[in-house]
Amino acid sequence: MSAPTQADSPTPTTTDRPGAARNLRVPRGTRPRSWRATLTPYVFVGVPVGLLLLFTYWPVLNMFHYSVTDWDGLDRTKNVVGLDNYVAAFTEPDNLRVFYVSLYYFVASLVQMALALYFATLLSFRVRLKNLWKGVLFFPYLINGVAIGMIFLNFLKPDGGLDAFLTVLGLEEAIRQWTGDPALINITLASVSVWRYMGLSFVMFLGAIQSIPSGIYEAAELDGANRWHEFWFIILPSIRPIVGLQVILAISGSLAVFEVPYVMTGGGNGSETFVIRTIWTAFERNMVGLASAMAVVLLLAVLLVTWIQRRLVPERQVDIA
Amino acid sequence: MKQATVSVAKYASLVVASIVTLLPIVLIVFGAFKDYQEYVSTNPMTPPRDWLNLDNFATAFADGGMARAFVNTGLILAVAVAGAVLNAAFAAYAIDRFRFPGRRLMLALFLLAALVPEVTTQVATFQLVKALELYNTRGALVLLYMGTGIISIYIFLQFMRAIPRSLDEAAMIDGAGHARIFFRVILPNLKPAIATVVIIRGISMYNEFYLPFLYLSDPEKRPIATSLFAFKGQYGAQWEVICAGVVLTIVPILVLFLFLQKYVYNGFTAGATK
Repeated sequence: MSAPTQADSPTPTTTDRPGAARNLRVPRGTRPRSWRATLTPYVFVGVPVGLLLLFTYWPVLNMFHYSVTDWDGLDRTKNVVGLDNYVAAFTEPDNLRVFYVSLYYFVASLVQMALALYFATLLSFRVRLKNLWKGVLFFPYLINGVAIGMIFLNFLKPDGGLDAFLTVLGLEEAIRQWTGDPALINITLASVSVWRYMGLSFVMFLGAIQSIPSGIYEAAELDGANRWHEFWFIILPSIRPIVGLQVILAISGSLAVFEVPYVMTGGGNGSETFVIRTIWTAFERNMVGLASAMAVVLLLAVLLVTWIQRRLVPERQVDIA
Repeated sequence: MKQATVSVAKYASLVVASIVTLLPIVLIVFGAFKDYQEYVSTNPMTPPRDWLNLDNFATAFADGGMARAFVNTGLILAVAVAGAVLNAAFAAYAIDRFRFPGRRLMLALFLLAALVPEVTTQVATFQLVKALELYNTRGALVLLYMGTGIISIYIFLQFMRAIPRSLDEAAMIDGAGHARIFFRVILPNLKPAIATVVIIRGISMYNEFYLPFLYLSDPEKRPIATSLFAFKGQYGAQWEVICAGVVLTIVPILVLFLFLQKYVYNGFTAGATK
């Protein structure tokens, strides 16, 4: 998963270098290597790379440019205002609050990982109906985010499903204003996020655990290891790279929360997230400059986290190249 | 004795987790079959009186525009998924079968792009879409979906490596060019990878809300996610219709999941289990 850091290999671009056709294994003499052969790979990568540059890298570059202007998204002229937008992004209390909100989601994602690890370990041993449990736990991840928002609006409204369920269990005192109480709203929404994404972490962990050769467990059992030892000394070390990946996803994910709070509360009641605020800034307040600065901050935060994680947890190079 | 306790705790935790997962969905299904009076007066945990009451589905389909939304989603998906698969396969073919200047740089660009959260760049992408005069067209979504990511490329690479090069060479000796080799030799041998990529990309496009929300304001052109979102205003006082809309949205994915589990799991864990 780690990015190749080396610069492009300094291969000469001349077409007549000896053995240039090695990779194609064209029988010598049947077809002269020509400019057409040199161009072939570029013809294949043209469209995918073109789309990548146009719809990912070009907007990113523009975003850096917009972020130092006062552009409103319509005006012909963009006045350069230096770092004013960045100052505003970090000083306006409402802009800062969204970082505080994302902490709820970050903590929730740690809970999510713990649950996922528990169920992945459980289901990696012999369990009846394994596929059923796996399917049930994973399925929420496949559901449309808008549908999830609606499902939980229905479930959490006053006298809704959760309240009825708690009443059945005799836990009436536990009933709260799940989406109405500003002190609770972010906990509620973060819990919905755990409900939605736990399945993905779970199948990732499960896949990793199942790729551990079973001989290792057998050897450990011969040495007198119990289940706890197996978890601590075999399972945990071998899934470390995926735990690392999940931590990155957790941090970038908790900054990029959008759908469920947007559908459920529209960002009201103190549940505004970074993305909801950025959209509002860009498309309602028409402050494209400020919104771009906020987006740049988010992007840099995600890249920084990824970089730190790579440094802390050196992982095996995946031989993608 | 201890063994039995552990076993009970194990299954108990699975049952609790399943209830927590399924209860909110089951209650939406209950709601979808209730009529207005029934929805507002009965306990949410009470099953509907009439499991054959399909009125809410009819309302959601016709009046709420879900039928049109399915057509739109189908159109967008058909073109975008085909494009995404071809793009990923093109890139993987070039990466696996050729060595060319810029190859490593290209890989690095795809890897780095995977770290850029899509939600961050839309502020600027929006200006680009507007400048290309694609705002409020389904084409904008198709173009944005069609680009490939490192995960799809990676899935194709794994399979492409297993296709013996002698097949390429044999075709080449028969006089086939690279386009012909790609379409006649490589692509037919990539079927399992294509299935995986079609499924994971199809599901993410089907569920995508943010992009259609930004780029398609015309109700006539809306796909599923934004049509369902519009229900919140339209049927805010008729939650039983919203329930039906949610059920209609989920059913296609559920069916797909039940029949193609293996591909779904493989697709969503690709790149993570490696």
